[in-house]
Amino acid sequence: MIDVNTAGEVWVFAEQHEGKIADTPLELMSKGRELADKLGVKLAAVLLGDDVSPLAARLGHLGADKVYLAEHELLEHYQTNTYAKVIDGLIRRHKPQIVLYGATPCGRDLAPRIASSIKAGLTADCTDLQIGNHEVKKTGKVYENLLFQIRPAFGGNIIATIINYDRWPQMATVRDGVMPMPEPDTSRKAEVVKETVHLAAADLPLEILGQHMQARKVNLKASRVIVAGGAGVGSKDNFRLIYDLAHCLGAAPGATRAAVDLGFIDRDHQVGQTGTTVRPSLYIAVGISGAIQHQAGMSESKKIIAINNDPDAPIFDVAHYKIVGDLNEVAPMMIKSIKEKV
Amino acid sequence: MGYNCVVLVKQVPDTKRITGQAMNDDGTVNRGALAAIFNPEDLNALELALEIRDEFGGKVTVMTMGLPAASDVLREALYRGADEAILITDRRCAASDTLATSYILSCAVKKLDYDIVLCGRQAIDGDTAQVGPQLAEKLGITQVTYVEEIQKLNGDGLVARRNMGNGRQEVKTTLPVLLTVVDTANEPRVAAAKRLMKYKDAMSPVEIAIAGGDDSSARQKALAEKGLLIKQWDLDDLDADLAWCGRDGSPTKVHRIMSVVLGGKESKSVEATQAGIDAMVHELIEEHTIG
Repeated sequence: MIDVNTAGEVWVFAEQHEGKIADTPLELMSKGRELADKLGVKLAAVLLGDDVSPLAARLGHLGADKVYLAEHELLEHYQTNTYAKVIDGLIRRHKPQIVLYGATPCGRDLAPRIASSIKAGLTADCTDLQIGNHEVKKTGKVYENLLFQIRPAFGGNIIATIINYDRWPQMATVRDGVMPMPEPDTSRKAEVVKETVHLAAADLPLEILGQHMQARKVNLKASRVIVAGGAGVGSKDNFRLIYDLAHCLGAAPGATRAAVDLGFIDRDHQVGQTGTTVRPSLYIAVGISGAIQHQAGMSESKKIIAINNDPDAPIFDVAHYKIVGDLNEVAPMMIKSIKEKV
Repeated sequence: MGYNCVVLVKQVPDTKRITGQAMNDDGTVNRGALAAIFNPEDLNALELALEIRDEFGGKVTVMTMGLPAASDVLREALYRGADEAILITDRRCAASDTLATSYILSCAVKKLDYDIVLCGRQAIDGDTAQVGPQLAEKLGITQVTYVEEIQKLNGDGLVARRNMGNGRQEVKTTLPVLLTVVDTANEPRVAAAKRLMKYKDAMSPVEIAIAGGDDSSARQKALAEKGLLIKQWDLDDLDADLAWCGRDGSPTKVHRIMSVVLGGKESKSVEATQAGIDAMVHELIEEHTIG
């Protein structure tokens, strides 16, 4: 752990693969900026890789005041040990007060290893971050300007605010899609701080024999409108209705976990706690009962239309427009209405 | 040669099956009413360890940290084929966060002779996926997360396929290693009837004490002779530094817990007729939500 350092910076780990920064850390730049401004400190991005300096400019456009750049040929591909060793060293040297990581497969592999070696706290899968004060009831001592690490727990049934007041830095992984992507400001420039990296082949315990990454077939997060189907759609064939309605709205097709498990649609389309969190302008829930795990991924949508034949379905509790009826009749009526008006 | 596998398992509330009975009147979840189950992905980790033992020989030790009732998941592991079960239970473990938990588990694993440590990717109560990597760091060994298949095991070399959700990767490493296992790895075997008959009477010392009765030490001795006494360790047995355990050893604290209450948005009912839907679509176009 490092000592409490209220002058410390706010850091975002700028996870990159093949020279491209992942979406989640980019989204984190807006929240990082907000936190740094509230605390009156600098926002820094931590960029590791081999020959990745061209990415620093973009991090500046998105709000970073500084970019800590660690380049080494052994950092070309992400590996837990090398990345953890370098970031551990940077944290001990520069003593940031907050370090944020995307809750990506890589971030969730890396951040706990660092938390353990630094002996600092780490909160997983946050959906919001705030700055606030905490009073320790027993002693009455008040800790000011702490990072409130807000996350769902217990299968989404509770929202916990976690803090970390004595063993710093305060670290969290943050879910994708819960923070808006900042608008780039090309007039902004980040100061690039080159870090010396000492790594040897012995620091690489893994040999990567092969890798097959699949780009997601659908970008739910970027969609203004999502039409999602649940188990109530009934069959894979009937899911055609969801595609048709989505098509006439220029929307992305989404689904509940139940619909995915039933094989109606590919897992890339899953919205909810174990899928993607979305906040579109319009979310149309078709044949979705509204399990809390699903609501956790879509209840922030600006407008929600729910179509279900069960008037007691919990999805109606979060819907702005409730349509109780047979989706096989309602969806075609909607398609007709949209085609005639647009 | 065989491989000694240590599998870390957790008893968790069944957060995925919340029925009406587990809801309070105010729309929040009554956690006490949820069934306690074997964390699903820990079953995949156990199955992977059993497959390694069945093919190469060696021993599968299952370990859990928890309340006395967590002995249930250890018995379940014995029914399915584990060779030995260890319960870590101590009031001073209470309120441990993932860092303190991984420290306590590391003290316990270090007492064992191990080649491969396995655990589920994450537990369904906290969903943090942190204890595996943190334990690997405390043990000073390599971690391979999101393991779906062990493709090769030869001497101290291991090739595994990882399923990261957004792609797959094959990696090669040397033992000892810690693997976190995902649910696509296998279909866990069910309890074997013979083993169930044998181990249903297995108990941990703390359970014997809770059950009371005449002479718990005699009962312990009798069970031990039959190989039915679940090994039990407390923090003193582990020589754990208490500064790193429980509340004191946990950097993260809870500031506030809020129950999620469903409902509360302003809403309109729309008739399931063409006219009703036309009016709704008109409204959405007018306010530029669509179109």
